[in-house]
Amino acid sequence: MSAPTGTATATEPTSRRLVHRVVSDEPMLTVEDLRVQFPTDRGDFNAVNGVSFTLNRGERFGLVGESGSGKSTTALAIMRMIKPPGRIISGRILLHRDGGTVDMATLSDEQMREMRLSAVSMIPQGSMNSLNPVRRVRDHFEDSILAHNEKATKGEIAERMKELLTMVGLPLSAGKLYPHELSGGMKQRVCIALSITLAPSVIIADEPTSALDVVVQRRVMETLGHVQDLIGASVLFVGHDMGLLAQFVDRVGVMYRGKLVEVDTIQNIFAAPRHPYTQMLISSLPTLTERGAFRKARSASDAATAANIAASTPGTSS
Amino acid sequence: MDLAMQVEEQLVNAPPDSGLRRRTTWKYLRRNPKLVVGALMFLGLLAFSFLGPLFVNTDEAAPMSAMPVTAPSREYPFGTDDQGRNLLAVAVVGLPLTLQVGLIAGVVAILIGTILGLTAGYLGGWVDLLIRGICDILLTVPGLVVLITVAASIKGSISVQTMGLVVAALAWMWPARTIRSQVLSLRERAYIQMAKLSGMRTPEIIFREIMPNLLPFLAASFVGSVSAAILASIGLEALGLGPQSEPTLGMTIYWSITYNAVIRGLWWWIVMPIALIIILFLSLFLMSAGLDEIANPRLRKADA
Amino acid sequence: MNLKYVVQRIGLFFVVVWGAATLNFFLPRLAPGDPVRSRLFAMMTQTGFQQSGVEEMVKAYQAKFGLDKPLWQQYLNYLWDTLHFDFGYSLSFFPNRALDLIMRALPWTIGLLTVTTILSFAIGTILGALIAWPRSPKILEWFLAPMLTLAAIPYYLLALILVYVFAFTLKWFPLSGGYQAGTLPQWSWGFVWDVIEHSILPALSIILAAIGSWAIGIRAMMVTTSGEDYMTFAEARGLKDKTIFSRYALRNAMLPQVTALALSLGHVVSGALIVEVVFTYPGVGSLLYNAIQTADYFIIYGVVFMVILTIALATLVVDLLYPLLDPRIRV
Repeated sequence: MSAPTGTATATEPTSRRLVHRVVSDEPMLTVEDLRVQFPTDRGDFNAVNGVSFTLNRGERFGLVGESGSGKSTTALAIMRMIKPPGRIISGRILLHRDGGTVDMATLSDEQMREMRLSAVSMIPQGSMNSLNPVRRVRDHFEDSILAHNEKATKGEIAERMKELLTMVGLPLSAGKLYPHELSGGMKQRVCIALSITLAPSVIIADEPTSALDVVVQRRVMETLGHVQDLIGASVLFVGHDMGLLAQFVDRVGVMYRGKLVEVDTIQNIFAAPRHPYTQMLISSLPTLTERGAFRKARSASDAATAANIAASTPGTSS
Repeated sequence: MDLAMQVEEQLVNAPPDSGLRRRTTWKYLRRNPKLVVGALMFLGLLAFSFLGPLFVNTDEAAPMSAMPVTAPSREYPFGTDDQGRNLLAVAVVGLPLTLQVGLIAGVVAILIGTILGLTAGYLGGWVDLLIRGICDILLTVPGLVVLITVAASIKGSISVQTMGLVVAALAWMWPARTIRSQVLSLRERAYIQMAKLSGMRTPEIIFREIMPNLLPFLAASFVGSVSAAILASIGLEALGLGPQSEPTLGMTIYWSITYNAVIRGLWWWIVMPIALIIILFLSLFLMSAGLDEIANPRLRKADA
Repeated sequence: MNLKYVVQRIGLFFVVVWGAATLNFFLPRLAPGDPVRSRLFAMMTQTGFQQSGVEEMVKAYQAKFGLDKPLWQQYLNYLWDTLHFDFGYSLSFFPNRALDLIMRALPWTIGLLTVTTILSFAIGTILGALIAWPRSPKILEWFLAPMLTLAAIPYYLLALILVYVFAFTLKWFPLSGGYQAGTLPQWSWGFVWDVIEHSILPALSIILAAIGSWAIGIRAMMVTTSGEDYMTFAEARGLKDKTIFSRYALRNAMLPQVTALALSLGHVVSGALIVEVVFTYPGVGSLLYNAIQTADYFIIYGVVFMVILTIALATLVVDLLYPLLDPRIRV
């Protein structure tokens, strides 16, 4: 533990992950040249400006960047939930299912609605407000299931809810509670349970642990990982906390000003960050070895870093 | 979210006199038609009130100044009523009287409401409980009905000013409530905590930090109060409880009802006050809705 | 249901009623002198009308007012009387008791108000919610401007317009009254139909004007609600538009709307009273109007008290029903 940064093995987070998760090379979701545009008073603005990446089967992919980098917008775009006047102006969002590949960017509203939750689902931010305050937990499950299968019976719904609550480690009695009767961590786990109701292939987690305290954070992350293994899904994890991501993901995509500036495995990112912005991100993590010190990045000074970032990122205007 | 930050960045970093602020404000006004239309309508009414006397002989608002019961004609564009009043003159004279009541009541109501709302919201505790209690009790009471009692009890004729005060006594509750809830949400914001920590005294915090952020709400509440006050005063007058000697709009309605204008087919007698009142309320309502949008930015999206 | 909440609300009810009674007590005493005698004589000289038994009347009132006794005693007597709904006698219709006249008129008003309030609230809320919802049929957007206009018009002004257009000009509906003049109230289909015919215009005035303000109100709430996180998550779960509209958006936006209903009952009643005057509808509004004209004080105070009592009661009912809608207030 004496070596400073640079040597991957010494500081790499040790493997707490369940080793039996299978990460394959088969692509599950491919995003190709995605552009999302918003009109502003100063002209049209591309919040997502040509982003491409692939999420493989069983993989955990982290999308990291600061506020305004476009990572949440990317997640929303995949779910086709960008609200007007914003819109997707180009790009393909390919979902590779057993039956064939479908470009979700071209689906109709109704078709996309059916895809949501069944093929790709989203876990909301760890806010206190993602559940409908006037409906019980079990009503939420009922709504989700009936929206995709009108013929589901009460018995079937109850059965499924039981399975899901067990998966996330919640007692059955949670079903009859109202959201305000649950703690923050419990609420988030209910959200996770809701999002896997129909065993989707892709789970998008958009900062699921923000607004939660650290101990609860870990619980939620463990639940997420556990659930993923159980249903064999791929997870797209959007966040800004590199430290948290490092514990969880296999590969990382770094976003900066609407563009994906670096994509690599988590080990390589930490070991040898290439883009200046990535270096800045990593260098702002505190070290475990020295008190009061931050990880030293590869680049020399911070002033030069900013200039470097702009220079290395094609297409960004300053 | 990313987008809003970008735009705000532009505004904040704009060099002082670049005209960017002006342009942005103008663009914003264009997208808030309610406020603009309402304000224009209101200004139109004001113009009618102030410029009217230049074109019309206001003495003709008194009874027996013209041939009674004539339909609108070139000589009397709004017609005349049962007692020989030139209704155009009545309009010109009555409108400012009505506005006066509204203004007095609105100002007084806002003053009381703001002071009480600020106190209740900022100090909290039992002060808050007391003020809120009084507020809620008075809100349950139907204002007009109480006003009727008051007006009926006060002997003799009520003057326009007195009516304003009486109406204000029951109009301060809504502003107080609105201000109070705003103060409650502002109180916990970071910059207020900072001010407290840096040793600012309470009155100073209230005036320097909280008040400026309350301005949109104050404006919206003010317009709302004026509107409610005018509504109440016209209601009282229409029932016959207003100043008997002044040709206010409400009294005109009262006389038209009392002298059975409907059955006699004297439509112009009814239409004049109603039309003016509708325009007045509409303008106030639009302005209030427009101001609400400024205060609560989420409402802006609705029309996009 | 939360006991504390219930107790609080009932307590508020009693405080309001007591406050109203007290107000009614002190207001007439604002003016100096013997209100009764001077008023009676003033009336007589004005109208040249000789009310028989004037002196008896005066004596009865003196006793009632108890003007010779100390104030606090008067007050207690007054409260006692009010508790028994003893409002005294009508000045113009002596020896009729004020209470009798009020009780004859009250059912008309309550009937009119209950029907119109429920209808306008329901229609206005649903209409306004649909107008606010982006995925509603396009044609609904055109309803916004009329709603805004209606919301701005006081009920009685709309009443005047309606009575002129539909009753006087087009003669579709009767001009005034609660039923055909000269007929006696009875439980027959003919009479019931007559009542309905006479109620349509008054009811319409209130309903149309009130729909506007409810619609505008719920629209603002819907906008606020649509920004909430549970709406986003509902969409992310692929719920159908209809479900999200009714069970997530409207259901939550309704909560502040119901609170607004409780608070606006006073305003609704005030407006309705003047509408009654326009139509000479035999409710407490007309009664009050006539009482004002003739300075029949006891009727005025009696009506005011009963109106406040009714509103306080209605507010209490709405307040007690609210927890049924909002689970956060329950236990």
